This record gives sequence, C-alpha cells and structure tokens, in this order.
Amino acid sequence: MHGRPRKAPKPEDEAASTAKAQKLRALQSQFFSFHHDKIYTKEAVELSAKLLEINPESYTAWNYRKLAVEHYLSQPECNPDSVKSVLDDELRVVESALRQNFKSYGAWHHRKWVLSKGHSSINHELRLLDKFQKADSRNFHAWNYRRFVAHLMNRSEHDELKYTEDMIYTNFSNYSAWHNRSVLLSALLEKKAEGFLLKENVLPEEYEFIHQAIFTDPDDQSGWFYNLWLLDQTVTTDSPLLVSTWPTHGSDVLILRDGCQNGSSFSPFTTLHSESGSFPIVLYFNQPVEGVNSSTVTIECGFNKNGYLLWEPLSVSNSQAAQVWVAHLKFPTSELDSSVEVSVGHSKGIISTRGFQYCHPSSFSFNVHVQPVEKDSFQVSVAESILWREENFKVYSAQSEESIPIATFDQLCIKDGHDSTASNWRTEALAKEVECFRELLSLMDCKIGKLTLARLLTAYDAMSFPFANKLVHSEEVLKLYNDLMKLDPTHHRYYKDEHSLVVLQKMTSSKESLLQHCFQYKDSVSSVIANPICLRLNNLSLSRIGAFEKLLWVQMLDLSHNELQSIEGLEAMQLLSCLGLGHNKLRSITALEPLRKLKSLRVLDISYNQIGDHSIDTTRYLCSSPLSHSVGSELNTDETVISDAALVNYWEAFYMFKDLKLNQLDIVGNTIADEKFKSALVKIMPTLKRLDDELLN
Amino acid sequence: MDDIPPYPPIDPTTFDLIVIGTGLPESIIAAAASTASKSVLHLDPNPFYGSHFSSLPLADLPSFLSSHSTSPSPPGSASSDEHHDFSLLDLSTRPLYSSIDISSFSPDLLDQYSRKFNLDVAGPRVFFCADKSIELILNTGANQYMEFKSIDATFVGDNKGNLLNVPDSRAAIFKDKSLGLMEKNLLMRFFKLVQGHFAGEQDVKISDEDLQSPFVDFLNKMGLPPKIKSFILYAIAMEDYDQEDTGVCGDLLKTKDGINQLALYNASIGRFQNASGALLYPIYGQGELSQAFCRRAAVKGCTYVLRMPVTALLVDKDTGCYKGVRLTSGQDIFSQKLILDPTFKVTLPSGSSPSPPLQAKFPFFSPKDDRGKIVRGICITKASLKPDMSNFLVVYPPRSMFPEQVTSIRLLQIASNLAVCPPGMFVLYISALCNDDDQGKKLIHAVMNTLLTVPPPINSESNASAQSETTESGCAAQDETAESSSTGPSDPGGDPGEGKPTLLWSALYSQELTLGQVDFICSTPMPDGKLNYDDLIDATVKLFKEIYPEDEFFPQTSSENHEHDGDGDGDGDVSLET
Repeated sequence: MHGRPRKAPKPEDEAASTAKAQKLRALQSQFFSFHHDKIYTKEAVELSAKLLEINPESYTAWNYRKLAVEHYLSQPECNPDSVKSVLDDELRVVESALRQNFKSYGAWHHRKWVLSKGHSSINHELRLLDKFQKADSRNFHAWNYRRFVAHLMNRSEHDELKYTEDMIYTNFSNYSAWHNRSVLLSALLEKKAEGFLLKENVLPEEYEFIHQAIFTDPDDQSGWFYNLWLLDQTVTTDSPLLVSTWPTHGSDVLILRDGCQNGSSFSPFTTLHSESGSFPIVLYFNQPVEGVNSSTVTIECGFNKNGYLLWEPLSVSNSQAAQVWVAHLKFPTSELDSSVEVSVGHSKGIISTRGFQYCHPSSFSFNVHVQPVEKDSFQVSVAESILWREENFKVYSAQSEESIPIATFDQLCIKDGHDSTASNWRTEALAKEVECFRELLSLMDCKIGKLTLARLLTAYDAMSFPFANKLVHSEEVLKLYNDLMKLDPTHHRYYKDEHSLVVLQKMTSSKESLLQHCFQYKDSVSSVIANPICLRLNNLSLSRIGAFEKLLWVQMLDLSHNELQSIEGLEAMQLLSCLGLGHNKLRSITALEPLRKLKSLRVLDISYNQIGDHSIDTTRYLCSSPLSHSVGSELNTDETVISDAALVNYWEAFYMFKDLKLNQLDIVGNTIADEKFKSALVKIMPTLKRLDDELLN
Repeated sequence: MDDIPPYPPIDPTTFDLIVIGTGLPESIIAAAASTASKSVLHLDPNPFYGSHFSSLPLADLPSFLSSHSTSPSPPGSASSDEHHDFSLLDLSTRPLYSSIDISSFSPDLLDQYSRKFNLDVAGPRVFFCADKSIELILNTGANQYMEFKSIDATFVGDNKGNLLNVPDSRAAIFKDKSLGLMEKNLLMRFFKLVQGHFAGEQDVKISDEDLQSPFVDFLNKMGLPPKIKSFILYAIAMEDYDQEDTGVCGDLLKTKDGINQLALYNASIGRFQNASGALLYPIYGQGELSQAFCRRAAVKGCTYVLRMPVTALLVDKDTGCYKGVRLTSGQDIFSQKLILDPTFKVTLPSGSSPSPPLQAKFPFFSPKDDRGKIVRGICITKASLKPDMSNFLVVYPPRSMFPEQVTSIRLLQIASNLAVCPPGMFVLYISALCNDDDQGKKLIHAVMNTLLTVPPPINSESNASAQSETTESGCAAQDETAESSSTGPSDPGGDPGEGKPTLLWSALYSQELTLGQVDFICSTPMPDGKLNYDDLIDATVKLFKEIYPEDEFFPQTSSENHEHDGDGDGDGDVSLET
C-alpha cells in the first residue's frame, strides 16, 4: 500500500511473530518431507495451503502445488467436474494468499498458471481484480495480471482504455494506469483500430488529457512520465531514416598514400591518407538498425566490380544493431578517378530495433581520386609528432568555393524531404506543447517543467532545422539547462550532458559556426603532414559529445580542456587519425572503448585525465571486465600474450590498445601512468613511436 | 403513544435538571447531564422529538410553523393559583416564524403521500465528514441510532440556471471541465499551500500577518481569479456574507479561520470509505439527530415525557430563585437547574408587581434577536435539478443572482433514497440570511424562479397573518409563473417537456436567529444560519459548562471509546449506506 508510514513493532507484535515463526517451522519441515517423497494426498496438499496462507512467498510450496495438480490430472479417475473443483481449490488458495500479501509474485504467478490450464472463471477474475485494485489502485502486480486476463478473455482494448480512464479519474497519480494506457494505445494504433487510425488524431487528445494532470499537480511524476511517452510518440518516426553519410553526396574525395599534396585543388576537408588500401563508407541512421549488408546497400563503382562490401555495425556492445554502419571499400594501387554510387534500402531488410522497415530508398554518389604512393616520405611522416600547442593552430580561412562537408551535409538531410507534409502535425503538436509549458513556467518554478520545455524546444528545432537552417531556440535551451544545474544539483551531471549536446548541435548547425572552430595545423618543424584541418572543440566545458552525424569528415579533433567523462559515440568518426583528449575527466581505460573501433587513429593524447585515480569507475554504466562476455571472449584468443606477467595487471589496457595502431600516445598526468604501465603499453603496441614526447626505438 | 393517558403523574417529583424542548442543543445537554449521572427530566409539549430541529410529515409542517408564528394565548389560570412558598411566572411561547407562505400545486398527489415525507424544519443542513458534530456523534455512541449517506456533489449556481462543479479536491480539479489549465494550477497550489501549512512544512508556512488579514485579501494576494475565489469563499469555506463588501460584512473572515474551514473540508473528503464527497446527510432527515441524543440520554436514565406543556415557572418568593415548573397536568416538579427551548418566554403576572429580587433579574430575561433572520424554503418536485444526480448542494454566492444580493443562498436537494420523500420525488431546502422577511424571500424566490417552473396557484394554505405579509415578492413570483406557463407546456404535477422541474409544493418562512443565554434561566439557541451544526455544538458545550462547571462533557469511558486506532479500516464508525 502507498502512503502508509511503517510503525515500529510493539512488544506484543514481536511475540506474535515469534509464535508465527514457530508454527511456520513446524509446517515447513513437514511440508518438505511430503514434497521430497512426492506425496500428493489430500492431507499433504492441504498442509501446503496452510503454509502458503501464512507465508505466500514460499515458492517451493507453489511449485509443489503445481506438481500436485499435474499429478492429479494424470490420474485415470479424474473427470471434468473434479478437475474444475481441483482448479477452483487452487484459485481459493491463491486468493487467501493474496489477502495476506497482494504483492506476492509467487501467488500471482500461480494464478496465471491455473488459468493457463484452461480454467474458465475469467469473469470472476475481473471481479477479483476490481477488488484488489480498489484496495490499492497502484499495485502493478494486479495491473500486470489484468493485462493477462484481458488478453485471455479477448477483452477489447477500448474497454480496457475506458477502465484506465476511470482509474485515472479516481486518482491521477497512478503510474500503473497511465502506463497501461500507453500500452493499450500503442496496440490500438498498431492495429489501426477504428478511431485509432492516425497518431495525429489520437495524440492531441492524450496531450489534452495529460495537461489536466500536469497542471493540477506538477509535482506528481506519473503525469510527466506519460507526457514523455507522448513526446516520444510525437517525435520518433516509425521507420528509420538515413541522416548522414561519409563521403557526402556529390563530394570529391582525394586519397593519398603519402603526405605530399602536389598542389592539387582538392579541399583539405576531403583529402584522406590511407595506409590500408581502403577507405571507409559510413552510414548514419537516426536510430539503431539491423540488416545493413551488401544486398540492402548496393554499391556501383568502376573498381569494385562484384559490389560486395562487408558492413559492420559500429556499437560498443556486441549487438547486431547500430545507428552507425561502416564498410571499407578497397581501391586499386594505381592512379584512379572514379565515381561511386551507393544505394540504400532499395531492397527490404533494414529494420529498426523497434521492428519498423527502412522505407525511404535513397542513394548518394561521390568521386574518388587516388594518388600514387611514395613509400619513403610516408616513413618520415610517422616519426613526426603532433604537438597540441596553441601556436600550432592557425585560423583557417576557407575558400568560398571549397566543398566543406558541412555544406553538402544540408543536401543529405534525406529524412525530411520524404514526409514533410506528414510531419506537419508533429511540428504543430510540439509548438503547442512549447506554448503550454511556457505558460506553466510563467506561473511557477518547476524543474521538470523546465526540463520538458528544454526537450521540447530541442525536438522542435531538430524537426524544423533543415527548413529554418538555424537552431532558433538553442539559446533558450542552454539557459534552461543552466537554470536546472543550479536548481537541481543532484542531477547536475545529466543537465550538463544535455547542455553539452546542445552546445555542439549549435556549433555544427551551420557552416559559418563550424568554420570558427576549424584550424589548420602547422608546426614549426614538420612540413610533411600537409597542414591538416583540425576541429578544435577545446575549452568548452563539455561533459559529453554528440552531433556526430555532422562530424563524420573530421580527421583531427581537439577535445582537450573539457570535462569529458565519457566519449560515447565517438566510434562514428571513422576518419579520425589524431585525437586530443588531454585535460578531461576520463577516469578509466575502459572509458576509451569507442576508440577500439577507430582503425585510422594514430595519434592520441589522454594526458592529464583521472585514469587510475579510482579503482572503480563509478561514472560508467557498464564496466567491461574479463568476466563480461564481450571482453572475455577476445582475451581467450590471446592467452599467450596475457600470460606475460607484466600485462596481467593491465588487462584493461591490453584489451583497449592491442588493436590500435597508435604511433603517438600521451598519457602523462594520469595516476596510472607509471613506468611499469608505460613499459606495458610499449609491449602492447609495437607500432608506438612516441610515448609522452619520448621517441621510442 | 395514543393509549397513554393524557397526563400521567411523574414520579419522582425532584430532579437535578429539567430540560424543556427536544431540539438538538437540549437533547445533547440532556444526554450529557445524564451521562454525568444527573437525574434529568426531558419534556416536550410536542408529540414528536426535535422541536425546531425536527423532520416532520408534510401535513404537520404547516401547523408546527404556524403554532410558533402567533403571539401566545393569554396567560392561563395558573398564575391565579397562588402558592404560599413560590411565585408563579407564566411560561408562554413567543413567535419565531413569520411570513409563512405555503403553496400546494398538486394537493391530491401530496395528500396521498403526506406521511412519507420527513421535512427538515431547519434545512438546509448537512454534516462535514470531519466536523465536530460527527466527532460528537462518534464519541457519544449516538451513531448507533443513525445512518448516513454521502452528498454527491457541490455546485455553484448562477442566475441563468447553470450549475458549475466545485473543484473541491485534487481529483475534482483534474476532472473539471470548466477550469482552464492555469486556474487548475493556481487552485491546486493554493490547496497544497494550506495543506503544507497545517502539515507544518517549513517552507510553506503562511505568515502570521497573512493569517490575521482578511481571507479575501489573502486569496487576492495568491493571485486567484474571481471565479476560484468565489468557489473557495462560498462553496468550500461556506461564508454567508459578501466578503468583498465591507459595508455589508462588518466582520470579514480572517485567513486563519478561512484556512481552518478549508482544512475541515479537506479532512472530510475521503474520511469514510463509502462517502465520496465531504458532506453527509442522515437517512430519514435531520430530526434523527436530536432523537439519537434523546435515546442516548434515555439509556443513561433520563426521563422522557412528550406532549407535556409547561405552564409556569416556580420561583422562590423571597430570593426570586428558580425552584421548579408547573406542568399542564397541574403537577409541580422541582429541580436545581432548568434549560428552556428558546421559544419560551416568561410573563409576569399582570397587575402584581414582582418581588424586588425578581425585578432585578427580569430585565435580562428577554429574548435577544439582534442577529437578524433567516428565510428558509422547502420545495417539492418530481424531477431532479440535475438529471443524473440525486443529492447535492448548490451555493449561490453573493451577487450571483442580482447585484443587491449580499448573502449566500444555499440549496440542498435530497432524494427519496434518503427516505425524506416518496420515490420519484425530490425535496429542495433553500435558505438565506437577511435583515427582513421581504429581502430574504426575494432571494429564495430568485433561486426558485431560476431553477423551477412555478405553476399558477391552485390552493394557498398560507395562514392569515402571513398572507398579508406576502406582498411584493409573492407577486413577483406569480408574474414569473404566468410568463413561464405561457411559454412552456403547462402540466401541473408533471414536468415540462424540457428544462426545469415543476414545483409541486413549497413552504417559505422566516425564522428568527436567537442565541442561547445563560442568565436567570438558561435557554438554548435556535437553529442558526450555518450549513452544519458546529456553532450550535460549541454553544451547547458552553451552556453545559456554565450549568455544570464541575462535570466533564461526555467523558471518554472505555466502553464508549470510539477512538480510531488508525488501522486503516476507513474509520468505519459511522454507518454509511452505499
């Protein structure tokens, strides 16, 4: 029951509970002996009922009763009448157990089991449920069971929807009722039942309904949860969309196998060095999808005749679904000019994790130019070091004609071209919500109201972005998150993360704003690496990074002097070769896991973080360890290496770095970075040329 | 009762306390005194319990009202019969009701069912589930003799006949269709503020300055719009006088008292499991309450004699002190203390000058009626004012009917499921405070004309004295009637095809508001203008303390201990019909 204070036990209560325990012990030992000897006599079965009446949590007793029923049903003398009476008995036992504790999992489960035996007292079940739900309308066991019974008796969703409405009118602080409502509405919408054909007709009424609850009592959580569900229903399109790719549509990609640029007219944004004879093609969807392969994504180009490509999901978990997919297209060693066309989703098979088909077939094409190799100069270049010094970065002034990926990116917002009319209602619904919650906030200071408004504005901007070409509300959203950080310090980190994402979205929203963060790297000694473009997102007090869909082109990224604790999502940046993460708040080697997916990464700076400060990284949701599935399986294949005593202590580092082909690593300023660790690193990464400014042999 | 001989002698002849009249305050005092082991004789000239708090059959109501509307018959012969030890002071009644106006539009139908009516003389009246009267009923065990039912809803009415739901709880605010989102938010936040204040939450304390300020100012300060202010002041705090007109309402409700009313209302909702709202009504009418306390008193040894008028008081010749009473039967009964129902007055024997001690006391023993009047109306219809609802309260806040309306008008509809009328009929109780009868009647007529179709009169039972007083307002009502009967189909007794229920019978009367007094003789208060009994109970407790300062008012004994142990059984001590 809700809202009832627990009372301290009185002496007489304690005496009573001692007596109860005494009685239970006696019953229990007798029961176990019956159970052990498989005795299912009337007397024995009654004993289990007595036991359950006192202690409904006794799972063994419930299971014993199931066995007893099965035993009885297998007897030759049983007939429909006697079966009915046996099952009725079971229901009675469950009922009295539920009276004792109506949150007993075992009892509810036993009841389901009895009903699944084909017992036909379903109307009685609904009456019983009404009684239990009256006693505690928020008992989720009862709601769960209600769904089970409603399904079993084929009760219409309409009737059940009406029932949730009645329960909500009695007390709207009933998350179970709101939840059931969302389940029923989803089912009705999916079925396209009469009156539930279109979301755009159903959702506005639901918004209206939930506003009554939220405005009446903004402190009640259940209404906000339901509102969040509605918002999700409004924003997410059912079928997945392709949001971004690399290379972008219509771009010219120059691939060099050395550092000389030959004075070509190609943009530094799309000039790429490749050692492996292949370059990545990246597909970025708006939600995780499965089924990206060479039949759902076809490719046409002069040099890959059979069109086969191996597509890999880019996700840190080993799931087969991912938002970002990558394939590596091999190119010939000779000089080459060729166009490539990639077609996505022309044959079915790309499916979102929620089960919706990708249904917006689209294609993009680009030109590839490969320049011949000069081995020697390449060797020199890797020995050079990248110095993340301020003076090495020069403001980059782009030539107006230059094909900056961000500019072509706008054309790649494939999603909205498809159903801009169909999503009109979504924009309208969001606009209405925005107005509504602005009004609420004008009346009172309400944390969750501010959070909701921030989410609404972000969603609204994202939805209207390609047309508005600007994030109209980002300043307001940033202010809301700033307020929230002050108002609600408990959840400071979450707000900070959201704030960071908005900052990044704002920065990447236009070519102009992005160019302000593009610099040309030019150090005094080196001339070999041909002045690459570096995106500098340093000193922004970011705690999280995002907007990856607009940063797929980045090869050199400076994220130093931020407050990053995680680099989740960075695996999408497949072209990344130099990454600066110095002076952040990374707390463990495993926090670097996304880097394992970055095959081109050569230079990494993780100096001055907090790696090794804490034995357990509490900031990470999932801590990989050799015991967990993903890591363990890989480690086993390398038993010989791990047997090296020096490495055993650094299994995390081994796991993280062994597949990276780093040339340069800066790790100074972390607790973990002692001499032993550094020598272990050298062992793990034979490719390493430079560690903390020291040239290795 | 009919086979009891007219005046059986009462034995013994000496009591600790004699109580005359079986109205609620008298009945409570009789029960409290009996419980405190006093010997009590409880007399009533009427053949029924309840006096001015009774519920009467349809046929009996007019005669009861008119018997208390005329000046008493000239003193009887009692005064001439001189006693050698005592002076005799004649006891007579004084008129309490005036402007009695009774109209029947369907006499046959009503005659047939007369005995099936239990009409409250002092309506409209209800209990709040958590008010003092319910506490008293529970503490004294009087609940064993009564059954209650929940009033379904409260509405605020306007002069166009609309009834607006009063959003009086969290669930009601959520469900309400007429409030905007902002209004819902403001109102609920105000409720929470009050709840938080009482719960002692540090950050939601209402300041002392605000507590002492007028409630209406505080509501303004909280930014509540006029509609919501009106809900709170008149339909939840149940204020009588216009709070925004200091000229009319010299004594504005203070925030402190206003929020206490809100707390009472809030505590009432959900107190009993079967009661959906805040208000209760007893099955068989309000007369049950007095009767329940009389039964309580009888169990504790109180002697009851009904139909026994008292003709005179016996007063010590020398000291002028009260000694006893002389009954109609001629018997003299003696007691230490006497409690009188407020209708009685003492007349000095004409010609003879009272003894000096008596003269000294006499000026105080005169009725005090500076409290104004209340006009009450009872209407009977065959259709509910709200088609889907039987029992509900409607409040017309000041100025909701017309600009000159300075007091709230309250209307209570009770259906046959509360056993106050035959099946298919409804009783409406209406009341309004006023300074004079005409002003009050105008208010009651305004409500009647807004909500009901009043057919042309068939037969007026108004008594002669009252008829002369029914002037302006009566005519206004008839004009209205003519108008509505020309537009709508006239079907006396039935209902017009659409809209308003048709009036079958009505009684309008004005009642004086007198306070109880503790002087030479103690007398109890008349039914007041409030919606519940709490003020009357306060006055009654005070009166008991005056006469028995040494005794506890219904001490808690183990057998009568109805304290709730908070086991969550829904405080099921009051029996509620579902």
